[in-house]
Amino acid sequence: MTLGKIYNLYKALDEESILLSFKGVFTADLLTSILQIMESKLSYLAESPKIKKKMFNVLVECLQNLYHHVDDSEMIKDGDGLINSSSALLMITIVEGSFFIRTGNYVFNEASVALEDRLKKINSLDKEDLKSYYQKVLNDGNRSQKGTAGSGMIDIARKSGNKLEYEFVEAGDNHHFFCLNIKID
Amino acid sequence: MENLIIDGSAKTPAVQFDFENGSMELRGRSIPENSVEFYQPLNEWFEAYAKVPKRKTVVNIKLEYFNTSSSKCILDLFKKLESLNGSSTEVIINWYFEQDDEDMEEAGEDYQAIIGLPFNMIEVEEI
Repeated sequence: MTLGKIYNLYKALDEESILLSFKGVFTADLLTSILQIMESKLSYLAESPKIKKKMFNVLVECLQNLYHHVDDSEMIKDGDGLINSSSALLMITIVEGSFFIRTGNYVFNEASVALEDRLKKINSLDKEDLKSYYQKVLNDGNRSQKGTAGSGMIDIARKSGNKLEYEFVEAGDNHHFFCLNIKID
Repeated sequence: MENLIIDGSAKTPAVQFDFENGSMELRGRSIPENSVEFYQPLNEWFEAYAKVPKRKTVVNIKLEYFNTSSSKCILDLFKKLESLNGSSTEVIINWYFEQDDEDMEEAGEDYQAIIGLPFNMIEVEEI
């Protein structure tokens, strides 16, 4: 990278109103730091307490999703090089009073099919149906080892109040790269 | 029987389970990565309490944030309370939420829909 690109990168981040961005492996300590940073940033933004709270809630859930991939990390071939499969991306922006949380992470092909089914179902439901779906999953969902019970995405959709935008991009070695864009307003 | 007192942290709630008063309180935020581990001692305390409960058991939930993995642990605790209710103790759940925090209010309604216990929904200015 030429040094001039640092400035270009800075300008690009500034133009996109990026509050925070991180690429890499999300460890427990990092989660704590990101939440602390965002909490202090949120405290001086002019947005309503209600939106800030929603934002924090959704962020907690997103970070948890990214964190839970840390355990099953392996080196996978994506493009020319080898990449740690638990490496992920988080980006938080604010545009005209709306927050956007964008995440990207690798998922196994089989897991991506199940995840996409769940996302389709979530996006097909209105507010009330989403509420009963959440209650159903909370009540009788089999808890995974990590205790997430698969209700995270439903919770994110409920709190955001918007449809979840997502895409699965084919990556190497039986993996897809799962891109998620959540709008909070 | 001993009380269970745990200080709150950036990711875990302050816990105050008081045997003499028959009261159980969670306050703050519950967003740990491993909720099951955090809630383990709370469940253990409750199992001991369930053998010699007070006539009234008051549960105060004063949470600002909680993640979905905690929501399952809280549900498990409520289910245990539900099975104890009526026979040897009378259980009441006070669900606190901050003004305008409709998400936390709805979270209380979710539990109300699932659990057959009396809920008091209490709106406060600040938790």
